[in-house]
Amino acid sequence: MCNGRNRLTCQKHDGDGVTTAELFRAEGLSKTYPGVRANDDVSFCVAAGEIHALLGENGAGKSTLVKTIYGLIRPDAGQMRLGGAPHAPADPHAARAAGVGMVFQHFSLFDALTVAENIALGMDAPPRRADLSRRIAQVSAAYGLPLNPARRIESLSAGERQRVEIVRCLLGNPRLLIMDEPTSVLTPQEAEILFATLRQLAAQGTAILYISHKLDEIRTHCDRATILRQGRVVSTVNPRDHSARELAAMMVGAEMRLVDRSGRQAGEVVLTVAGLTSAPASEGTSLQDVGFQVRSGEILGIGGVAGNGQEELIAALSGETTGRPGTVMLDGGDLSAQGPEPRRRAGLLAAPEDRLGHAAVPEMSLTENAILTGATRQQLQKRGVIDHRAARCFAETIIADFDVRTPGPATAAGALSGGNLQKFVIGREILQNPRALVVNQPTWGVDAGAAAAIRQALLDLAGRGAAVVVISQDLDELLELSDRFAALNNGRLSAPVATEGLTLEQIGLMLGGAHGMEVAHVAA
Amino acid sequence: MIGWTTLLLLMSAATPILFAALGEAIAERSGVLNLGVEGMMITGALAGFAAAHATGSPLAGFVAGAAAGAAISLIFGVLTQYLLTNQVATGLALTMFGLGLTAMFGRPYEGVKAPSMPGGPLGVNWAIWLGLALVPVTWFVLNRTRRGLILRGVGENHDAAHALGYKVRLVRLTAIAIGGALAGIGGAYVSIATVLQWTEGMTAGAGWIALAIVVFAGWSPWGVLAGAWLFGGVAVLQLRLQAAGVAVPVQLLSMAPYLATIIVLVIISARQKYRGRGSAAPGSLGRPFHATR
Repeated sequence: MCNGRNRLTCQKHDGDGVTTAELFRAEGLSKTYPGVRANDDVSFCVAAGEIHALLGENGAGKSTLVKTIYGLIRPDAGQMRLGGAPHAPADPHAARAAGVGMVFQHFSLFDALTVAENIALGMDAPPRRADLSRRIAQVSAAYGLPLNPARRIESLSAGERQRVEIVRCLLGNPRLLIMDEPTSVLTPQEAEILFATLRQLAAQGTAILYISHKLDEIRTHCDRATILRQGRVVSTVNPRDHSARELAAMMVGAEMRLVDRSGRQAGEVVLTVAGLTSAPASEGTSLQDVGFQVRSGEILGIGGVAGNGQEELIAALSGETTGRPGTVMLDGGDLSAQGPEPRRRAGLLAAPEDRLGHAAVPEMSLTENAILTGATRQQLQKRGVIDHRAARCFAETIIADFDVRTPGPATAAGALSGGNLQKFVIGREILQNPRALVVNQPTWGVDAGAAAAIRQALLDLAGRGAAVVVISQDLDELLELSDRFAALNNGRLSAPVATEGLTLEQIGLMLGGAHGMEVAHVAA
Repeated sequence: MIGWTTLLLLMSAATPILFAALGEAIAERSGVLNLGVEGMMITGALAGFAAAHATGSPLAGFVAGAAAGAAISLIFGVLTQYLLTNQVATGLALTMFGLGLTAMFGRPYEGVKAPSMPGGPLGVNWAIWLGLALVPVTWFVLNRTRRGLILRGVGENHDAAHALGYKVRLVRLTAIAIGGALAGIGGAYVSIATVLQWTEGMTAGAGWIALAIVVFAGWSPWGVLAGAWLFGGVAVLQLRLQAAGVAVPVQLLSMAPYLATIIVLVIISARQKYRGRGSAAPGSLGRPFHATR
C-alpha cells in the first residue's frame, strides 16, 4: 500500500520538457530472513527510458530487491506494478514474459556450452538454431555487441561473457533491464562500450535498473539513484546533484573517512622480483619474465583484468609455487626455493583473493584460521603444541582492530559474510607486522566503509616501513593507494610508473585496452 | 561366417553395459554422480527374470527390469536431491542395498530357466537393436533438443540454471530415473538374454565397468558405444581363448575384458587431455544443489 509519507513522483524530464511515464513501481516491499530484514517497506519507481541506479552497501538489500523483481524471491509484503499492470512473478519465466530482463553479478552462464546454447537457455521459446543465430547476429549488430554464436563460453573474455548475458536479455525485448554490478569485471574501455549500449537502450524507451558500487560511474551515467541502507530506502536523488562523497555518506549513514596517505618515506629496497617466469599451468596464464622492486614504506599497485596472471603472481610470491634461484629476494636473502612457511618466517606474507578455500578454511573457526598463517610469527605454538590462549587472543585482536562483525573467535570462517571475512584475512596478515606484504583484491566485495578501513590499514603498514604490493582490478583503489603502478597483461608486467599524474585513460591503455573488446578479436 | 557370429556375441556381451552406461551418462550430464549402477542392474536382473518367468514373456521382463531399476534409483534421487546426502556414499550404499536385496528375494528363482528370447532381424534380438538405436537417440536428445539443453545446463552450472528459472532438482530426478531404468534393462538383459537364469551377484561388476566407460568416453553416447563394444570384444575373445585351451589361467582371461577396457579408455582420455581441453566433465557433477535461502 502506498501511503502518504512515501508519495512518489516518477517522471523523467527530457530536454524538451517532455515527460515520460512511469514503467515500474514497487510499493512497501518487505522480505525477512531469520535474523535479517533484507527489505523493509521498500518503495520506489522507474520511468521508461531512465537509467536508474540502486545504491547501497553490502547487505543493504539491493540483491534481494532485484531478485524479487525477477521472480527469484517472493516478498512477504508489498506489491509491484509493471507498465500499469500488477507484477507478481512466480518464477523468472513469468518475469521474463512480463518484460523483465536481468544481467547477473556473477555471470549465469554455462562454460561448456556455446554462446547460442546459453542464449537459448535464457529464452522461454527459443527459435530454431538457424533463426536464433540470425537473430543473435541482428541484435549484435544493432547494439554494436559482436558475438560468434558458435564459440564456447569458456573461451571468452569477461567483457564478451557479459555481452552474451546482455544479448540474451535483449532477445526477450525487455521493458525493464536489471544490471547487477555489471562493470566490476570490465576495463574502463569495456565499461564505456557498455554505457553506450545502455544509453542506446534507454533512448529506445527501455528502463534500466543499475546496481553498482562505483559512485563516479553512477554520477556520470544515471538519471536518478535510489539509496538503500539496512533494507530501507533512504532517499531517491539525482546523482549529478551530489558529490561521490555525499552519496557514500548517504549509503553508510555517516561521513566517510578520507584515506590518509601522509607520513610515509620510501627507504631501502626490501622486495626484489626478477625474471619470474612460470610454466604454463593447465588452465591460466603463465608469467613471463616478471620483475619489480619495492622499497620500504612504498606501495606498488599492480592492475589488470582478472585472468592475466594475478593468481600465478601471488602464488609465486607467497611460495605456493617456487621458482628459480634469484627470482624472489627479500632484504637480499634468496627465498625463491622456499615454501610459504619459511617465507613467512623471513617476513614475506601474502593474502590471496579467494577468501574461502584459499585464504581461509571455511569449516574451521577464526581462531584456527588465525593459527594457520600466524603460528610462527605470533608464537602461537610451543614445540608443536598449539597455544590456544595466545591464538584466541590473536584472533580477538584481529576482530577488534579490523571491526570484524562476528559473534566471536569460535565462529566458523564460512559463516562470516564475504566482506567481514576479507577484513579478517587482511587483518591477520597486517597484524603479523610483515616486512613485505602482497595482497590480491584486498577490498573485493567489501562495502565502502570497510574498504576505506582496509586501505588505511595498508597505508599505515607501509608507513611503519613495510613494502606493500597491492594487486587489484579496482583502478580507483590502486590510484588511491599506490606510489607506483604497473599493469599485468597476459602474464607480462609493464615497467612500474609513478602514480602521480596518471590518468584512467593512460592506465586503461597500459592494461591492454587494445585487446579484449575489439571486433576483430571476436569475429575470429 | 565366423565374423558375423563373433560380432553377434560381441554385441550381446556389450549390450548390458551399453544400456547401463548410456543411462549413467544421462544422469551425469545432469550433474548427478550415481555410483549405484551395479545395484540398479542387479535389481533389474532379478525383477526382469521374475517377471519373464511369471508371464513367460521376455518383453514383460524388460519392462519390469526398467521399472525396478527406476524405482530403486529414485531412492537415491530423493536422498541426494531432497535430503542432500552425499552422492558418493549414497551411490555405494545403493549398490550394496541392491546386491543384498536381490540375494534375499532371488532364492526361489535359483535353478529356474528363463523363457527363450525371440530372435530378431539378422538373428539379432530386438534388445540389442534397441540398445544400438538408443545411442543416436541419446545423442540427438542431449545435443539437439531443448530438454537436452536444459539437462546439460543443469549439469554444467546448477546455480545459473536455477537463476534462469529451471527446476534443478526435478530435472535431476528425471535423469536419475532414466538412468535407473536403463541400468535395469541392462541387468534384465544379463538374466533373460545372456545367462538365461538367475544367480546371486550375476551382473559381476558390469555396473562398475559402465561407470568407468562413461568417464573415459567423455560423457558422449558414441564414446560409450565404443567402450561397450571394446569390452564385449575382449570378452568374446577371452571365451574363445578359453575354449581353445590356451595355457593361461582362467582367472587372468576372465579379468581381460575389464583390464583391456580400462587401459584403452585411459589412453584415449589421457590423449584428449594432452591435446588441450581439460576434462569434459559436467561442471556441477557430484555437487549438491540447494537454492540459496
